[in-house]
Amino acid sequence: MLRPYAAARRTLSVADKLYEINWGLVLLITIIASIGFAMQYSVAGGSWDPWAGKQLVRFIIGFGIMIAVAMVDIRVWMNFAYPFYAASLLLLLGVELMGMAHLGAQRWITLGPLELQPSEPMKIALILALAKFMHGQSVEDISKPLRLLIPLAMIAMPAVLVALQPNLGTTIILTLDGCSLLFLAGLSWFWIVPVVAAVAAAVPLAWRFVLHDYQKARVMTFLNPESDALGAGWNITQAKIAVGSGGAAGKGFLEGTQSRLNFLPEKQTDFILTNYAEEFGFVGCIALLILFATVIGYGVQTAVQARSQFGRLLAMGITLNFFFYIMINGLMVMGLIPVVGIPMPLISYGGTAMLAVMFGFGLLLCVHVHRLVEIPRHSTGII
Amino acid sequence: MPLFDRKDKSRYATFTRRTLMLSGGMGGILAVLGGRFYQLQILKGKEYSVEAEDNRVSQRFIFPPRGRIFDRFGVELATNRRNYRVVIVAEQATQGVEAALDAVGKIIEIDPRQRDRVLHEIAQNKKFAQVPVAENLTWDEFARINLHLPYLPGVQPDVGETRAYPYGTEMSHVLGYVASASVKDQQNDDDPLLTQPGFRVGKRGIEKQYDSQMRGQAGGSRVEVNAYGRVIRELSNIPGAPGKDVYLTLDCQMQRYAEERLGEESAACVVMDVANGDILALASTPGYDPNHFNVGITNTQWQDLLHNDHKPLVNKALSGAYPPGSTFKPAMALAAYDNGLADLQVFCSGSVTIGNHTFHCYKKEGHGHVDLKRGIQVSCDVFFYEVARRLGIDKMEAAARALGLGAPTGVEMPGEVGGFIPSQSWKLARYGVPWQLGDTISAGIGQGYVVVTPIQLCTMAARIASGKALVPRIAHVVGSRFQPQPMPGALPFSPEAFAVVREGLWKVCNEAGGTAFAWRINEPGFEMSGKTGTAQVRLITKQEHDAGVRKNESLPWNLRDHALYFAFAPSDAPRYACMVLMEHGAVGAHPHVQMARDILLFAQRRDPAKLPTAYPVRAAETDLVGEKT
Repeated sequence: MLRPYAAARRTLSVADKLYEINWGLVLLITIIASIGFAMQYSVAGGSWDPWAGKQLVRFIIGFGIMIAVAMVDIRVWMNFAYPFYAASLLLLLGVELMGMAHLGAQRWITLGPLELQPSEPMKIALILALAKFMHGQSVEDISKPLRLLIPLAMIAMPAVLVALQPNLGTTIILTLDGCSLLFLAGLSWFWIVPVVAAVAAAVPLAWRFVLHDYQKARVMTFLNPESDALGAGWNITQAKIAVGSGGAAGKGFLEGTQSRLNFLPEKQTDFILTNYAEEFGFVGCIALLILFATVIGYGVQTAVQARSQFGRLLAMGITLNFFFYIMINGLMVMGLIPVVGIPMPLISYGGTAMLAVMFGFGLLLCVHVHRLVEIPRHSTGII
Repeated sequence: MPLFDRKDKSRYATFTRRTLMLSGGMGGILAVLGGRFYQLQILKGKEYSVEAEDNRVSQRFIFPPRGRIFDRFGVELATNRRNYRVVIVAEQATQGVEAALDAVGKIIEIDPRQRDRVLHEIAQNKKFAQVPVAENLTWDEFARINLHLPYLPGVQPDVGETRAYPYGTEMSHVLGYVASASVKDQQNDDDPLLTQPGFRVGKRGIEKQYDSQMRGQAGGSRVEVNAYGRVIRELSNIPGAPGKDVYLTLDCQMQRYAEERLGEESAACVVMDVANGDILALASTPGYDPNHFNVGITNTQWQDLLHNDHKPLVNKALSGAYPPGSTFKPAMALAAYDNGLADLQVFCSGSVTIGNHTFHCYKKEGHGHVDLKRGIQVSCDVFFYEVARRLGIDKMEAAARALGLGAPTGVEMPGEVGGFIPSQSWKLARYGVPWQLGDTISAGIGQGYVVVTPIQLCTMAARIASGKALVPRIAHVVGSRFQPQPMPGALPFSPEAFAVVREGLWKVCNEAGGTAFAWRINEPGFEMSGKTGTAQVRLITKQEHDAGVRKNESLPWNLRDHALYFAFAPSDAPRYACMVLMEHGAVGAHPHVQMARDILLFAQRRDPAKLPTAYPVRAAETDLVGEKT
C-alpha cells in the first residue's frame, strides 16, 4: 500500500524506501541472473569453475549495490550526474591514451585490484547526464539548434572514444541510448525525420566509400554464412545450429553439445543464449523473453509513474539500455544482424557489465521509490 | 519565479506518448526474437538437430585385419605385418598443415609426390580425419618422430597393419597387390572403409578376386568429438569382423621352382593336377614386387614396369593370348579320329597345294608317309592341312572348344581373357567375307585366327591326359567355405581317340624323331608326353620363304616366334599337366621344353598332390563323387 504522505515527502525514511522498493522487479532480476549462473555452470561442463561461481559472487555484490543505489535520494543522483559523466569520460580517455601508449587496442583500465571496463559505467553515466540536462529543458528548448548541440556532444564524445577502442557494439548502444532519450524528451519531428532519412541514404554511400574491405567481408559473411562455413561464418553457423537443435523442448540442462564441445565461440559471454536455447528449447526461450518483457514493462511503468522529468528519462534510459542489449545480442546470436560484441545482460559472464547492469537497476528502483518526488525544472538536484 | 510552471508538465504528455511508441517498438523486436526462435527451433529444428549431431559424432573406423593368403600346405603367401606410420590431423596442426609437413620432412624423408598426396587427402576429408603422412617407417625413424612429437602439433605416431608379401615378386601375378581405393572403386562399392585414408583394397590377382571377403568388416566406434576433433567419449562400438583367409591350391615350392626355372624370360607356366584341375603353380615372368604398390610405388618404378618389353604387369598365363601353333594339333587329331579319319595316311613332300595356294610344312624336305600318331610325333604340317581340309572349320571349332580353348576357363582370377576360335558365321559377320578354305587350313596348325591362353592349353593337356572335362581351380577355401568345384563332365571324344592321341604325344618325347625327344625325361616311371608348338609373330612373305626362312636366332628378340609346349606326366598314369609359353623363345635349344621337363620332373619327385594338405575345410564327400568315379 502506498503511503501518499510519506512518498510525497521531500525526504523519506530508510524504512519507507525499503517498503517502496519494487520487490517484484528484484525477484525477476534474480531469476534471470540465476538462469545466467545455470548457463555458466552448464558451459563449464557442469562445474562452478571457472565462471558460475565468480558470476554468483559478482551478482551478490551487484545486488547490494542495486539496493543501496535505490535507497539514495534521486536528487543526489541528479546532483552527481555530471561529475559521474566527467569521471567516466576521463577514464575512457585514459584507456584510450594507454592504448595509444601500448600501440594497440585497450578496453581495460586497472585500478588497484580491480580491472575496470570504463565503457560500462559510461552507459549509465550518459543516461544520468542526459536525463539531468533534459530535465532542465522544455519541449521547445530541446529542439533549438544551439541548445541541441550540448546533448549531441554529450553523446558523441564517449561514442567516438569507444569507437576508437574499437568497440562497435558499445558505440551503437551509447548512440541508441542517447538518441532515444532525445526522442523521449520531445525532440521535434522536424529534426528526427530528416536525420533518419539522411542516415538511411548514407548507408549505401558508406558501403561504397567508408567501410574497409574486411568490414564489408564481415557483412557479406553475415548475409551468407554458409559461404565461409569454416572461416568467419563459423560462429554464425554454429550458433544457429545450437539454437535450432534445441527444438521445441530442448536437450535438457547440461545436455547441450554445441557449447560443451566448443563448437560455439565465446560460449560463456556473448553466445551464452545459444546454450540456453539448445538446452531449454523453444519453450525455455519464450519463457525467457516473457521474463525480459516483464522487466521492461516494470521499467516503462516506473517511467510513466514518475513525477519528475529526470526520473522519467532516467527510468526509460535504463530500461531502453537493458532492452538494447537484449535486442542486439539476441539478433546477433540468431544470425539476424552481423556479429558485434554485446553480451546478454544478467546472463553473460562478465564482471563490469554485471555491476553496471545492477547499478542501472538500482537507479530504476530509485526512480520507483522516489516516483512521487517532484523536482522543479530549474533545479539541479539537492541544493 | 515559481518552482513549477506549465512547461514542467506539458512535456509529460509528449514523454508518455513517445514512451508508448518505444514500448511498441520494443514489443515488436521481442516478437521478432520470438519468431526467430520459432523459425530456428520449431520449423527447422530437425535439420539443425542433424547438423548438431554431425558436429558431435564422429565415426572412427577400426580397420579389420585383411585375410591372409595361404598355399595348399598352409604357407603364408600374403600376410599382415606391423606398420609404423605417421599420421596428421589437420585440425590439430595449429601451425598449419604445410608447416607440420615441413617439420616432419626434416626428421624423415617426404618426397614432393607424397606431400601432394597428403595435402590432397586432407582437402578431401574431414578436419579431424587421420591422414597418413609416411608409412612403413623403420624403428629408428619412428623413434625419431616420437622424440620430436612435442614440436609437431597435429602429427601423431601410429602403429597399424600393412600387407606384406614374403615372397616378393615370386607370387606377384597370382596374388596381385593392394593399394588405396580409386575414385572408381569408391563409386562401385559403398563400403565406408573405402573412403578412409590409408585403407587398401585388392587391385589384381587373388587380392582382387576375393577382396570383398578378405577385406573384412569395418569395426567402428562412434565417438563424441569436440570442435577440435578431440574424442570426448565413446558412444558405441561395433566390433567388426576380420577378413577371411584364402587357401589356394598352389604349392608354394612348386610355384617358386617354376618361377625360378622361367628366370628372366618373358614367359608363363601353369602346372595342374590332372586328377581334379587344381592349379599347383601359375607363373608369369617377369613379375613385380607387390610390396611396392602397397607402400606407394614411385613414378620411376611405375614407368619401368609400364615400358618394359617383357610386360611385367601382364599375367601372361591368363591375360596373354597367343596362336597355339602346333600345340593345337592334338585337338585336331582327336577330332580326326572320331570323324572317320582314324586311318588317314598322308604323304608329306614338304608342301601341298590346295586351291591356288601352296602351303608349306615347316620341314622343307617333307616327312614322307605320315599317319595320325606320326603326324603328332613329328608335328607334320601337311598331314594336319589334310585333316583340317577334311574336317572343316565347324568340327575343328567344336573339338577345340570341347578341350577348353577359345573361352575363359573360369579360374578364380580376374583379368582372364578368352582367346578365340574362329567359325564360318563369325568371319562373315566380322569381315563380311565368307569363310575360305585357306582359313581352315591355317587354323588346322593353330595359326590364322586361332588364339588361346596358356591356362587354356594347360587345361587342354589335363583333359587329354584324363579324358575328363576338368575345370581349373586355384582357390580351395575362402574363410570357412570350401569352394565348390563342378564335377568334370564327359568329353565328346571316344576312349580310342584319346588312346591314339596320347600315344602320339608319348612318341613326341620318347621316340626318336619326336619334336621333344632331345629333352625327354629319362628317369623310368617319370616319362612325360607332350607337344611342342611355335607361334609366328609376323607374316613370312613369299620372297622371304623362297630365299630361305631365317633362323629365329638371327632375328631381333621381338621378331622371334613364340615357343609353346604342353606336357603331362607320368605318361602311363598322368598326374601333372604343365604348360610353358616363352615369348619370342622359338630357338633351336628349345629352352621352354627344358623348363617344362624340369618342372614336371620336380612335380613328380615332390608329388605335392599326394602330400597332406593343410586346408582348414575339406570338401564334403559328395563333392568328390564325380572325381572318384
